[in-house]
Amino acid sequence: MNLFQASPLDQWLERTLPAIQKPGRYVGNELNQVRKDWNSVPLHVALAFPDIYDLGLPNLGLAILYDLINKREDSLAERVFAPWVDMEAAMRSSGIPLFSLESQHPIRQFDILGITLPYETLYTNALNLLDLSGIPVHASKRTEEHPLIIAGGHAMLNPEPMAPFLDAVVVGEGEEAIQEIISTVKTWKQTSSPRSDLLNELARIPGVYIPGFYAPKTNSSGEYTGLKPLRQAATACIQKRIVGTLPDPVTDFIVPSIDVVHNRVAIEIMRGCTRGCRFCQAGMITRPVRERRVDEILNSLQTALDKTGFEEVALLSLSSSDHTKIKDIVEAIQNRFKEKHLTISLPSLRIESLSVELLEKLSGSRQTSFTLAPEAATDRLRRIINKPISDEALIDVTRLIYSRGWRVIKCYFMIGHPEETMDDVKAIADLCKRVVLEGRKFHGLKASLHAGISTFIPKPHTPFQWQAMDSLESITEKQHYLRGELRGPGLKMSWSDPQTSLLEAWLCRGDRQTSRAIYNAWKSGAKFDAWQDHFDFARWQSAFQEAGIDPFEFSHRVRSENEVFPWDHINIGVNKDYLLEDSKWSQKAELRPDCRENCYVCGILPTFKDTRRNNPGDHWGCPEVNTKKDKE
Amino acid sequence: MKRYRVLYSKTEPLRYTGMLDIQHIWERLFRRAHLDLAYSQGFHPQPRIQQAAPLPLSFLSSYEVLDFWFEGESDSLSIFKSISVTAQPGLEIQYLEEVDPPSPPLQTLLELAIYSVTDLIGIDQNLMEEKIALIMKEHSIIRERRNKTYDLRPLINEIKLDDPFNNLLKLEFNLSAREAATGRPDELIATLGYDPLNFRYQRTYLKFPSPIFVHHP
Repeated sequence: MNLFQASPLDQWLERTLPAIQKPGRYVGNELNQVRKDWNSVPLHVALAFPDIYDLGLPNLGLAILYDLINKREDSLAERVFAPWVDMEAAMRSSGIPLFSLESQHPIRQFDILGITLPYETLYTNALNLLDLSGIPVHASKRTEEHPLIIAGGHAMLNPEPMAPFLDAVVVGEGEEAIQEIISTVKTWKQTSSPRSDLLNELARIPGVYIPGFYAPKTNSSGEYTGLKPLRQAATACIQKRIVGTLPDPVTDFIVPSIDVVHNRVAIEIMRGCTRGCRFCQAGMITRPVRERRVDEILNSLQTALDKTGFEEVALLSLSSSDHTKIKDIVEAIQNRFKEKHLTISLPSLRIESLSVELLEKLSGSRQTSFTLAPEAATDRLRRIINKPISDEALIDVTRLIYSRGWRVIKCYFMIGHPEETMDDVKAIADLCKRVVLEGRKFHGLKASLHAGISTFIPKPHTPFQWQAMDSLESITEKQHYLRGELRGPGLKMSWSDPQTSLLEAWLCRGDRQTSRAIYNAWKSGAKFDAWQDHFDFARWQSAFQEAGIDPFEFSHRVRSENEVFPWDHINIGVNKDYLLEDSKWSQKAELRPDCRENCYVCGILPTFKDTRRNNPGDHWGCPEVNTKKDKE
Repeated sequence: MKRYRVLYSKTEPLRYTGMLDIQHIWERLFRRAHLDLAYSQGFHPQPRIQQAAPLPLSFLSSYEVLDFWFEGESDSLSIFKSISVTAQPGLEIQYLEEVDPPSPPLQTLLELAIYSVTDLIGIDQNLMEEKIALIMKEHSIIRERRNKTYDLRPLINEIKLDDPFNNLLKLEFNLSAREAATGRPDELIATLGYDPLNFRYQRTYLKFPSPIFVHHP
């Protein structure tokens, strides 16, 4: 950099960054970054992950959108992440607004700011990001001068807690919707019509929700009865978007110049899951299953490795072993990439011997641990949550894992499930001890088991959405018991902070009123709530109190069958009746096995029948839909 | 197995990339170029790459040296071409040649480093000259870094002050860079009584007892 040509921002950065933690987060300029000429591109999109660079850079959703937008000649996408507290303080004290990594343009100058919200504890960071950009946090206070603020991601399947802060929400998969949004904004930009006209046009795009076009309705008792559309363009229900066939995988991954949480090529081998674990929101909201072809996976992997040189590859899906061609994928990867010193991870494997074979084939240099997620330790509870595996089968698999050389097994369990008793919790400890005893047969005292204990949250759009969360006292007691039991040689336990889980429940189940608590919390200093050392539960309690909201109503009230949820206007394709029926099956401890073996008519197929018809083939987990002509 | 030595610059895009990350950047560069680096033996084989001298974060450099060991059959020119086209922004490869495999690690041979230090705010030249003269007269300058005290004075070989350009001073520090006896230019700036954040640092040369490149001018 020539000192005399440096921009004022560059000069400020040069004298500020040496005193900032991990300054490489703020300079961009990585390999495969796309830098277009600002003035020759009509539409400018900033893509934000509202946490630090280290977490945001590897986010696959953001990488997909960055790739798609930058492939368009008429638009550019640049990245922005939340500055860490030291950088934020330096920016605020010098009056430096938030800027993009590529061109260093202030975020306020972009046409669109797309924020990905995969989990709820990012909400205060999203508000902070807007504020640091000099953009009003409330949509109602924004004008034509401000970027359009759009959010997407799994947390936005209940967008209501964030509704007043967002101009638009993309519900479901964004690959096609983003193209339509960009074209709409580009057309509007050429006119001098008001912002409300743009929102009207956006509301016509399937999967786009304009929160400002709706108002909550209540009955005479003050109970929520749904959203009332205020404009003609506002449909009563917003159906999520899906793509019929997974688009080409990203291969031009940005290669960071500093270490981030995942330095790797990530290829999504399958989207959706057919297993129907009743606590799992992802399994419900990402239906239907769509697989990627083996040759497509391999070719993309080769291209991505050629372009990045990454030493690690992750084959992503919600249940890797369920890809119908998983053996072929693993075998082909083994043949093509062995001797390349690559680490290949295949997460979310089922508890079966096939998983051990698959991972063994992929582990050129042996992985240090093998991860399993039984989630519950008694047959009764496993039937309630619809994740069946017998103790004996689990022990057999762990024996096999230890016998093949792994010394560490990580086992994920969840506590606080509906109908859970202390006996179910005790069973977790007993099972873990049995597993480690198996390990000792092969590795002596070097065998170990790490138990990860999370807390059940009744997530929206799941069969458990009618359930109440376990009490804070009960969760604390269960964790205390397990901490007492899971100690000693070979045993290790980690657990989620119960207060953080409680906040997640409040934010994921909240209604539009919850936004006032989010605003209050942010105003009083809440940010980085996903970071244990920044999370302040008392601050959140005060924020809810100040807003006049009892958040335990969201987390701990058992709902009646007729309950109208704040997220009911979001149609995920799986019918509410189906979820309710499944909830009743759960109460009877009845299982619903893999729906690829038997369709339970969850609603996905009728909802997306046209998409299915236009995308024939066995890459979908759901059966074919024939046209009348085909039938004849 | 062949050993190669590369001379490169670390420019603005990699200014805030530390030594460990530079190691990964080189490793990925070789992967992109389809060059098979040699790996160490053991449970976690590591690519055989050795940097001559760590460069503090936020420093630039026009003289970085790195050795790597290579399994395949290739010549220096082909390797130079392959790694030049796929380099990470901020890594500019200047020169590469094959060296004798058994020669000792560069880090153990290094004697001194030269830094170009540029003033960013417009400092008074006369005052700087006076301060430099005072420092050079000292026999010992005890400083504390990371809770340890050390004597900076024996690590300073020479300080030169060039004529200012656009009212900004330019200094050249010749500092010891031996193992466990390495002088830092920002420490010297602080000793002179200035805020190290008001200067830019660029390493311009590393000196070894004998030439480390046979053919490089």
